[in-house]
Amino acid sequence: MKSLCNLLRKIGALSLVSFCLATVPATTQAEYADIVINRQAEKNGMRPVVFPHWFHRIRFRCKVCHAELGFKMRAGSNTITMTDIIEGKFCGACHNNDIAWSPENCDLCHSGKPGLPTGVFGGHETSGPGRW
Amino acid sequence: MPVSTFRAEFLETFSGLARGVASPGLALFLLLSLLLVRSSWAGEWLPLANDGIHDPRSRAVKILQQPREALQGLTPDHAGNQVRWVQVLDKGEIRPREKLFPQTVVQKLDLDVILDAKGGMPAVRFPHRPHTEWLDCVNCHDGLFAKSAGQSKISMFKILQGEQCGVCHGAVAFPLTECARCHSIPRPGTSKPVIPSGIDPRIHQAVGQGQK
Repeated sequence: MKSLCNLLRKIGALSLVSFCLATVPATTQAEYADIVINRQAEKNGMRPVVFPHWFHRIRFRCKVCHAELGFKMRAGSNTITMTDIIEGKFCGACHNNDIAWSPENCDLCHSGKPGLPTGVFGGHETSGPGRW
Repeated sequence: MPVSTFRAEFLETFSGLARGVASPGLALFLLLSLLLVRSSWAGEWLPLANDGIHDPRSRAVKILQQPREALQGLTPDHAGNQVRWVQVLDKGEIRPREKLFPQTVVQKLDLDVILDAKGGMPAVRFPHRPHTEWLDCVNCHDGLFAKSAGQSKISMFKILQGEQCGVCHGAVAFPLTECARCHSIPRPGTSKPVIPSGIDPRIHQAVGQGQK
């Protein structure tokens, strides 16, 4: 009788676990306007770059990167190379160990899941241009 | 109820609860329900390790600032980052830099443009002021839009495809589900949107009723 009780309890616990796993939404919700940059990264053996707009716009207005630094406002349309960054262009205008951390901290930017394509991720209601 | 009985009942309940916690099944249940409550409560801003784009094995997810920490104190919104970015800037809750280079000239313009929408939607008020707080003139002119009012044919179809306003709205600025934030000037005498001929009326229906 006792073993039957234990068995029932185990079955109950297992079904509970599977129920919870099924109902908890898959956690693929990137923050709105997160950008994955992966034109060069994985080809060169690095993780894709995740660029969080939310973090940067607290500190800089859009115009700093999209006018002064020349980032085109279309994910995937900029050819960003590490050579340029080290020379102080693009991300390197701030990521120079002065305003922000230096490019030597590779894995702080190259922190994306392997295999992600370049593009706008995240989204509270829409998922970026062309999808609604 | 005498105090002693109450105490006895309380103790009994408490010890029963303690015994329950000791049983692995119930402990697991409590743990999972706690996790469930936590995940729904923390649903607004996910930790970087669970956001689906960061590699949870990267050390970055332990070092980088978490969205919740940065965004929770700011004027809230129900869309996008759940932050009302224009208000946050106007109220001085954040003070983002306007330029990096000393020679850069910061340009701002306080001029509203009224765009009369076709199809019976309320007309659009485009305010230059909040846009030029964030952006420079060159971000829109003359690539996305001509400088003189009325010279650009703006269409919702293009916007929904990520062109024109849709370069930002739907991607980084408030999403395209917030119709009334742009279509903010009501038309006198009209209560229902008038759908022009040649347009599939299903696109004006609520989500779920239109085409699959």
